[in-house]
Amino acid sequence: MDFDASMLFIQFISGLSRAMILFLIASGLTLVFGVMGVVNFAHGSFYMIGAYMAFTLTQGLTGSVGFWAALLIAPTIVCIIGGLVEVILLRRIYDKEHLLQILLTYALIFIFNDAIKMIWGVDLRIVDLPESLAGFLTLFGHRFPVYYFFIIGVGLAVALLLWLLLKKTRFGKLLRASAEHRQMVDLLGYNVGGLFTLVFIMATWLGGLSGAVIAPTVRLSLGMGIEIIIEAFIVVIVGGLGNIWGALLGALIAGQIYAFGILYVPNYAMAFLFILAAVIIIFRPYGLLGKQAQARG
Amino acid sequence: MRQGGQNRSARWLYGAMAGVALIVLPFVLEKGFSEYYLYLAIKIMVWALFAMSFNLVLGYGGMMSFGHAAFLGIGGYTCSLLLVKTSCSLALAFAVAPFAAAAAGAIIGYFSVRIKGVFYFATITLSFAQLVFILAFKWRSFTFGDDGIQGIPVPALISTDETYINYYFFALIIVAISVYLLWKIVKSPFGLMLRSLRENPERATFIGMKVQNYRLIAFVISAFFSGIAGVLYAFLETAISPDILFWSMSGEVILMGLLGGMHIFLGPALGAAIMVLLNSFITSYTEYWGMVLGIILILIVLFFPKGIGGVMFEQSQKWMRKKGV
Repeated sequence: MDFDASMLFIQFISGLSRAMILFLIASGLTLVFGVMGVVNFAHGSFYMIGAYMAFTLTQGLTGSVGFWAALLIAPTIVCIIGGLVEVILLRRIYDKEHLLQILLTYALIFIFNDAIKMIWGVDLRIVDLPESLAGFLTLFGHRFPVYYFFIIGVGLAVALLLWLLLKKTRFGKLLRASAEHRQMVDLLGYNVGGLFTLVFIMATWLGGLSGAVIAPTVRLSLGMGIEIIIEAFIVVIVGGLGNIWGALLGALIAGQIYAFGILYVPNYAMAFLFILAAVIIIFRPYGLLGKQAQARG
Repeated sequence: MRQGGQNRSARWLYGAMAGVALIVLPFVLEKGFSEYYLYLAIKIMVWALFAMSFNLVLGYGGMMSFGHAAFLGIGGYTCSLLLVKTSCSLALAFAVAPFAAAAAGAIIGYFSVRIKGVFYFATITLSFAQLVFILAFKWRSFTFGDDGIQGIPVPALISTDETYINYYFFALIIVAISVYLLWKIVKSPFGLMLRSLRENPERATFIGMKVQNYRLIAFVISAFFSGIAGVLYAFLETAISPDILFWSMSGEVILMGLLGGMHIFLGPALGAAIMVLLNSFITSYTEYWGMVLGIILILIVLFFPKGIGGVMFEQSQKWMRKKGV
């Protein structure tokens, strides 16, 4: 293959949109870990529920209205489910060993998968793009799907909102404080239990949103949740467990690695991600942006 | 457990009873039920061996490997590829496979055992295993890709075309020897050191133990026996595909350990039996096996975190104390 600058540009943009999807998912995963110290394996299931909800909503409400409604309502339903899961199950295991926490969320994958099978069946589902986002956009003489830029925009907006929330609000201060020192926040009289519930609701909302956003670009299948979770997990580890900006950086790297990997060695594109993860864990186990002290667990 | 005399002879008695039961079982299953149950019995043995090999790393070594499917798969693939692509004899192919798995274990273990932290250890082992999976999936000319290998030439003596009986005894002998060796390893000074490492790595280091060496050896041994399980698995199905290397297989073996109890020697074997039987019975009633499994796992995590084997062990200890034994 010839070295071709415009090809590189095309792959760069496609890698960027993939990165933003990965960031949307990874942000929820890393938020939960950073504040609560739990790795939520079922995060991919929330993403999958979001995508299937988007399918149902766009079926019910056709046209552009359906899509925008899906974008708003699907994550909301998902985060209600998330809240229930936290209150009923997760809060019982915060003080247990990590292995048991992983197994509980692992068990949830099986349950959600079958629940989706019961409700939506095993057929592949397709979500249509609204007309306003279905077109193409010409940039430096290349045509790109408008939806690429929509995804990038949503990703950047979420990153900005998270930044504002964490740095500029009292709630964000509390979150950062509990990530550093949970007991102290508890002793100061704050309701850490309620805080955890809220964080989990936020994280699953992000998971649902990423599912709704990606729905028009893929065929929905029962495997989509577990396909993405491993990738998101690696993004989080590469960036630094519990670090939002690490997740963004990890996602940007993973997106580009995939986009260029598929250009040059299409069969082994995914392999680079795993090699990256192994290299990072060996040489910088706390991730690119993680602090040494955060390498707990 | 160390009062000798009475306990020792009791253990021999139980062992002999279990042995007789395992020898009689296939005939009962074949006459009383059907070949399918014989197949299930073999499947349980294979998974039990895999789960117990794995538990050397998880239960005894305290390392949460999320990549053990790699060793199961490398064992199975090595033997199958040797049989299909070369004129290698069965004995040689079978003998080489576990060493291939152990070699992979040495490489993956070399990089992994120094990693601290459950999630990092899980991710690095997972990453290596997924690399093996991708290789098997995409390297068509070498591994036949996602088609896998169908119709592995299993010799007539242990062929499963007519009946599973011969293969049952073949698998039983291999599994029994492997489990015996694993038991010896667990009870050896090495096994004891390994457990002390799991309980208190700092103290073990202070008294001069080379932590990483012990962990690496455990990892390699575990990979070796996982490789044997992989060969038995491939022969049972007479086929192998990249599915055997996928991370969900690594997940399944972890679940077996938890279900049965990972701090009891036979716990993972019990977990394997429960999983295989439940899977077969539940899937014959409903397609929602995952729902049932998920609920069972949640109940285990919340109420019996030591696993079913752990609960049974505690109860039997209580009962024995009551009887004044």
